[in-house]
Amino acid sequence: MTAGYLELSYGQLGIAALLILINAAISLTLRLELHRRLLLAAVRMTVQLLLVGLVLEWVFAISRWPPVVDLMALMTIAAGIAAVRRTPRRYPGIWLDSLVSIWAASWLIAAVALAAVVEVRPWFRPQYAIPFLGMILGNALNGISLGLDRLGEELTGRRAEVEGLLALGATRWEAARGPVRSAVRTGMIPIVNSMMIAGIVSLPGMMTGQLLAGVEPVQAVRYQVVIMFLIASATALGTLGVVLLGYRRLFTPAHQFLHARLRSVGRR
Amino acid sequence: MPPLVEARRLGRRANGGWLFRDRSLTIGAGERISLSGPSGSGKTLLLRALALLDPLAEGSLRLEGRELAPGDSPAYRSRIAYLHQQPALLDGSVEDNLRLPFSLAVHRQRRFERRRAAELLEQLGRDASLLARDRSQLSGGEAQLVALARLLQLEPTVLLLDEPTAALDPASAELARRSIAGWHAAAGRRAYLWVTHDAGLAGGVADRHLRLSGGRLEEEPA
Repeated sequence: MTAGYLELSYGQLGIAALLILINAAISLTLRLELHRRLLLAAVRMTVQLLLVGLVLEWVFAISRWPPVVDLMALMTIAAGIAAVRRTPRRYPGIWLDSLVSIWAASWLIAAVALAAVVEVRPWFRPQYAIPFLGMILGNALNGISLGLDRLGEELTGRRAEVEGLLALGATRWEAARGPVRSAVRTGMIPIVNSMMIAGIVSLPGMMTGQLLAGVEPVQAVRYQVVIMFLIASATALGTLGVVLLGYRRLFTPAHQFLHARLRSVGRR
Repeated sequence: MPPLVEARRLGRRANGGWLFRDRSLTIGAGERISLSGPSGSGKTLLLRALALLDPLAEGSLRLEGRELAPGDSPAYRSRIAYLHQQPALLDGSVEDNLRLPFSLAVHRQRRFERRRAAELLEQLGRDASLLARDRSQLSGGEAQLVALARLLQLEPTVLLLDEPTAALDPASAELARRSIAGWHAAAGRRAYLWVTHDAGLAGGVADRHLRLSGGRLEEEPA
């Protein structure tokens, strides 16, 4: 045991893993067909976290910025790809739109956080830069994915309405405003909900982690408030960005809706 | 005087091939034109091309002799109005739908006139109480009539009509024909292009007859 927190042994990890196995057994007994996905997700998460633990140990030990920025870039690319993989309706250019949006939004907000809010010196200190960006990316990814999903659904389901508006003389923005607004709102729902219930229904992850690590509750709360604001800003920027980029690809400057560009690829 | 609409060497692709190509068409002031052709021949796509709703694979459009810039589409569509075969109404009442175009930038200098809207509905055989009815309570035919009234109140110069009476009972179809004829007669320059499969109807509503078939667009004798 150290001064701040209780160390976990592999045996204790095993007890937690046993709970997953019990759930898998229940699924198997009731033929819910969830056990494979549950076990796969559990194994995948464990392997990913163990690997990232090794990488972080290596990155935390060095004091140069290139490896930190390389890791941040890799995390960002993975998030940009993951956001599109969850989207069942896609258009040409969606991968680039997702990458550009998540990159611009998360790096801008992470830069503000590191340079102006937490004032980390040097700015690339991996103990701060990596977790901050990770939390921002995780949430921005959700917003972007939900926003893209809803944009595709709305434009497909309301195609006749959108084209009816264009035929009446609407500009492309006037015709697409409803679906665009709905897509941005949908992308923001999870983070807005999280902020609404934070502290009442749940203690957010970062705060919980800090409390377990022995940080004073008031300090942990301050960090959590900061990170919630950062996450909400990045999610809003990323979702708005990707929805607007999608809108520009699906509507021509001549105010035409390119509905045939939206293709269904099946939900993953 | 140049024609109202001049389409030069239009081409539309569908399913990897050309549906029609190198087809030209003019709509002159005051003209009443019918367009017929077998299903799938591209009549709707030709109308959509003339309404600038889809990018042209080939060709160009002129409005009164003037080449169009990409940004001209809303103003163009406010004058060259397209009525879809199954028009979509937005959530809300019939009045909400009739008011809708006046919220668009291109029509903002004009004002919705409830009395005029009620008058148009009456011409189409419906009384003013229809204005309060919710869109979800309308039949397909009634929705078609509301969409027609929504266009007529904007007083466009050219109507591109995609089988506007196909979903209507004979009495409503006759009223729709009369309303369109009334709109056409109210100003000398107004013209329309009316897609129909019905040769009898085409003879009654048009002076000039076009047929699109096998990628060819040809004038037919009256």
